[in-house]
Amino acid sequence: MTTQTTLPVDTETLTALSKSKQEPAWLTESRTKALELAGQLELPKVEKTRIDRWNLQNYGSYKQSGLIKSVDELPESVRNLIQANENSNLIVQRNSSVVFTKLSEDLKGKGVIFTDLETAVREHGDLVKAHLFTAVKADENKVTALHVALWNGGVFLYVPKNVEVDVPLQAVFFNDDASATFAPHVLLIADSNSRVTYVDNYLSNGTNGELVHNGIVEVFVKSGAKVQYATVHAMSEQTTELTYRRAVLDNDANIEWIVGEMNNGNTMSDTHSLLKGNGSNSDTKVIAVGSGSQKLNYTTRANHFGKSSESQMITRAVMREEASAIINGITKIEKGATKANGEQTEKVLMLSPKARGDANPILLIDEDDVKAGHAASVGQVNVEQIYYLMSRGISREEAERLVIYGFLAPVVSEIPLELLQNQLQTLVEGKLGQ
Amino acid sequence: MSTKFVIEGLKSTIEGKEILKGINLEIKGGEIHAIMGPNGTGKSTLASTLMGHPKYEVTAGKVTLNDEDVLEMAVDERARAGLFLAMQYPSEIAGVTNSDFLRSAINARREEGNEISLIKFIRQMESKMKELEMNPEFAHRYLNEGFSGGEKKRNEILQMMLLEPKIVILDEIDSGLDIDALKIVANGVNAMRSEERGFLIITHYQRLLNYVKPDFVHVMMQGRIVKSGGPELAERLEAEGYDWVKEELGIVDETVGQEA
Repeated sequence: MTTQTTLPVDTETLTALSKSKQEPAWLTESRTKALELAGQLELPKVEKTRIDRWNLQNYGSYKQSGLIKSVDELPESVRNLIQANENSNLIVQRNSSVVFTKLSEDLKGKGVIFTDLETAVREHGDLVKAHLFTAVKADENKVTALHVALWNGGVFLYVPKNVEVDVPLQAVFFNDDASATFAPHVLLIADSNSRVTYVDNYLSNGTNGELVHNGIVEVFVKSGAKVQYATVHAMSEQTTELTYRRAVLDNDANIEWIVGEMNNGNTMSDTHSLLKGNGSNSDTKVIAVGSGSQKLNYTTRANHFGKSSESQMITRAVMREEASAIINGITKIEKGATKANGEQTEKVLMLSPKARGDANPILLIDEDDVKAGHAASVGQVNVEQIYYLMSRGISREEAERLVIYGFLAPVVSEIPLELLQNQLQTLVEGKLGQ
Repeated sequence: MSTKFVIEGLKSTIEGKEILKGINLEIKGGEIHAIMGPNGTGKSTLASTLMGHPKYEVTAGKVTLNDEDVLEMAVDERARAGLFLAMQYPSEIAGVTNSDFLRSAINARREEGNEISLIKFIRQMESKMKELEMNPEFAHRYLNEGFSGGEKKRNEILQMMLLEPKIVILDEIDSGLDIDALKIVANGVNAMRSEERGFLIITHYQRLLNYVKPDFVHVMMQGRIVKSGGPELAERLEAEGYDWVKEELGIVDETVGQEA
């Protein structure tokens, strides 16, 4: 059966909006074609999760937010996430559009481009056009098609050849109006032998209604480049999130994904590395906490095409109350990817009898000369461990806290950015009701 | 007030099977009691029941520590009241460092706002680790994870030393220890002997008792204490085994709760 979602916008309105934003013809066409596809395509098939039962109607309509001069004008919840000083590099999107952009003179001088994607389309059209929607394509499913039709604001980050950026660049995407379309697109290109760390935060509150966040991230890591991509999601209970993150790696390229899934609403996310180049390397770390009656589906994927390419994927999820999580790890090694090595681990810790977790490790291997491994576990808090800690005078609550943090620690302690570690710590505490 | 720990008519079951069939024992501050007996006679059940392991259910009897009802307390309350059990099989807890755990345990005994300072804690921990000849690196390892049997036992003694309990129960602390480690553990126990503190040492070998001299020795069979005496009893058990006790008491099968 075709799911009869009414499309959130019609072609005329979409075209008019694109024109009013002075978008080039190729982009207007890309949007309208995608809208047509969205009307034909099905929702993605997501392992053991009926996303067709989720509330996916609330795309709202495009609403431009006014630019701000200083981060002081941002709500406190946003200001808490950023470290603003003269050297900071920051983009803030509010609802449908970017309201604040700052790039240090130093990085500008080195040729780094860090701007909202709508501006990049106008100012760096060729570079954007050559990459945009080539990693994640409109015709994959209804969700990607709708994103391509509706995307707004967003981030464009380009790091030129041989440029090494020492400070993290940050973006914050926040929504406080459910009637505004919220579909940021991140496009990151790290040219040959460059190095960059990018961190972003997603949050929503005070939206006054249900909201869909349909986001896509595309990362292109050229030969010998290294990208560290950290993303923390803390959207409200009224926000349903659908996110695709995908990186394409050339020879000896390197990506490290760090994902904090701390949303309060239903979430489907898919974090995927395409290891096209020989000697490319992908490392994915996901920590997640589910609460309330959240339905969650997290997928990590690594596709090996390059020889001697390596991938590691770790997901650790804690589910409390009635939250349920389906966690998929898919390592695929293509024919010809000799000496490739893919390792994955998924673990779920359930804190209540009604919480549910399901880990599905999948290895698909079409080449003989490879190494690959997986491990998965799903379990309750161990009563012997709690007894042991309590026998030393530690209260049950504190004992449980130690065990839960201990469970997440192997991932959290590996996070190379202190600011992010602290943020995640605070979010985890909040989600665990402590 | 000097410590007084009293067990009266204690019975307990696991999965509906009665293991302890009425234990009576009184331990005062300054005393060391040893409970000996073959495997399967209920010794470890006694230790776990006293600490409040969730698998054991008390069906009768009374336990008091300085007149406070221990059986009414949750496990953590028993510990804060002064009970300590060095376990035969300590849990491994990944992601929680030994030092974070120890500090939480110490602070659990202190009022909020009066937590031990980090410097003071580290100084205390390091000096006790030195006494136990533990590699300082163990402070930063995850709790018992990947520790050898002997390392786990030393870590139990380290906890005892830092928590300064009133009643210490050592459950087979000597199993899996070589002679050098045994001496170190025994020294740790001896260093903690005081008029304020009572010990209950559970073992089936005499060898620990060569280094930690007990005042009283009890033999446990069929879920009861069947014989009590002084240190000479332990020596005779070491030399002659348990058969003479069984003969004397007319016991054929000394075990309890095992399927025939």
